Amino acid sequence: MLKNPLLQVVFQRLGLGLVTLFVVSIIIFSAIELLPGNFAEAVLGQSATPETVAAFEKEIGLDKPAPERYVEWISGVVRGDFGSSFASRPGYPRTVVDVIAVRLKNTLFLAGTTAIIAVPLALTLGVLAALYRNSWFDRTINVVTLTTISFPEFFVAYVLMLFLAVKFPIFHSLSTLNPGIGFVESLKRIALPVLTLTLVIVAHMMRMTRAAIIGLLGSPYIEMAQIKGISPTRLILRHALPNAWAPIVNVIAFNLAYLVVGVVVVEVVFVYPGIGQAMVDAVRSRDIPVVQACSLIFAATYILLNLTADIISIITNPKLLHPR
Amino acid sequence: MTSVPDGPPVPARVVRMRRSIHRTAWRELKKAPLTAWFGMVVISIYVLVAIFAPLIAPYGQSEVVSTQPYAPWSERFIFGTDQIGRDMLTRLIFGARNTLGIAAVTTLLAFVIGGTFGILAAILRGWFDQLLSRAIDVLMAIPALVFALILLSIFGSSVKNLIIIIAVLDATRVFRLARSVAMNVAVTDFVEAARLRGEKLSWVVRREILPNILPPLVAEFGLRFCFVFLTISALSFLGLGIQPPTADWGSMVRENAVLITYGDITPLLAAGAIALLTVAVNFVVDWFLHKTSGLRDER
Repeated sequence: MLKNPLLQVVFQRLGLGLVTLFVVSIIIFSAIELLPGNFAEAVLGQSATPETVAAFEKEIGLDKPAPERYVEWISGVVRGDFGSSFASRPGYPRTVVDVIAVRLKNTLFLAGTTAIIAVPLALTLGVLAALYRNSWFDRTINVVTLTTISFPEFFVAYVLMLFLAVKFPIFHSLSTLNPGIGFVESLKRIALPVLTLTLVIVAHMMRMTRAAIIGLLGSPYIEMAQIKGISPTRLILRHALPNAWAPIVNVIAFNLAYLVVGVVVVEVVFVYPGIGQAMVDAVRSRDIPVVQACSLIFAATYILLNLTADIISIITNPKLLHPR
Repeated sequence: MTSVPDGPPVPARVVRMRRSIHRTAWRELKKAPLTAWFGMVVISIYVLVAIFAPLIAPYGQSEVVSTQPYAPWSERFIFGTDQIGRDMLTRLIFGARNTLGIAAVTTLLAFVIGGTFGILAAILRGWFDQLLSRAIDVLMAIPALVFALILLSIFGSSVKNLIIIIAVLDATRVFRLARSVAMNVAVTDFVEAARLRGEKLSWVVRREILPNILPPLVAEFGLRFCFVFLTISALSFLGLGIQPPTADWGSMVRENAVLITYGDITPLLAAGAIALLTVAVNFVVDWFLHKTSGLRDER
């Protein structure tokens, strides 16, 4: 039925992605299996009686066999129900969704804004650096980006905070979002975290774009076009770019995936109510259901981004589009 | 070099062979760009500070020397004091020792694990290689920091857990590289010849394969060290890494971060110390990759 090799490859990748997601979900689920025996006491405190410990273990389902619990958990997850947080007590129910729903939206807002600014900027800079390679522009950008990549996110964040919020109060130093503040005001509040993330991923993305384009510019058909006397702009846009899509899409996906992790630290610095902050708090209080939910979301995003990049680079690959 | 030897003329080839490895290294060093020199000088200073920390530091590592928390910079406390009145400069100096030491041990461990399995996978091939490679594909599908957070929430934060968790996670990256470079060498004729001669596996690895894959691995060591160092600092900054009272740069930034909002740059000292070292290592690695090439984009 699937005669088209292109479709075959795409389906293969999709299948592989699903398998990866499945295995990752098992790994994340097993987190609860690996807990040390005295975990209930650690969560409930020293004063926990054997009864409360037993009740707690029953509540998180440790009395049932693991495969059964996995099926329960994963079918809940598919329906958007991640169970209840360890922080919930009788009379004070607190589901994982309560903890992370709003925060997930906030994080997507932060990451989305960053991506909209960073991707075009990085691609432009990368192409320019590749075009004028070994010029002073390229060299300066090389040193600057290498330096930015090496900085820990919190260093960049605090330097920006010091200069743009404290010494010259242009932006807010803390990015608290209250319901009711307008869209423009929210944008202004998240300016510093966005700027921090942009600086970090533009450096990565730009270097990778540059490397991809330079690799391409070395190929014989480009040399041929050059010898024919085609203008540099036309050379880049008509000859190089169509073949560069695959590496460029990979670069973008890689960096958006990097953003997934980058938000954790930046959210903590700017006290931004996002999912990264939620995860860190959960790890600190060892609230495993929340940790599982957050890590599943992070991992799924990461896998989906890489999968998308894979598939896009397959379908833009001329060699696969025109099978011999 | 310019003196004309008496007696029978020495063949030029022999003279060239006599150039010692140190001389070659020195010749390359003299040609190194300014950034690489800057990097090497900075790294040496860090290492010296880390080794001689107790001799340089004016006070003890977690000694409370002032009743005033967050004391301003003064002659007695050059960079002021931290949130419970410990000397900032002292903590910075000991921080070099703890942070660098833990990062170095972690990176070494990651290389021992990842390198060993990577080279073995390249030589043995078959199910061993398949099994490891697939397992590592899945492990790498989860972002390292997220994975580290899951594991830390299970096992709790302690230096030992931190080292093992980060080392295992980074070993996956080392495995990939070691496997792919060793794969190219493992199929060459001289390795084949050594195995036919009946050399032991360990001999083949040590004498035939390792010397040939060393340059990319050395460069990777530098980059990996940066990653490990940044991950540990980030975790400590989040309060999940190295625990107090051990002096460590990541936690020092978090503990004193509040000062930033008053325009005090003290917390940036620790953050800057991290940044400067990673920049330095990156500069050196960048130059080293240029030299040994192969992995660089320029032709």
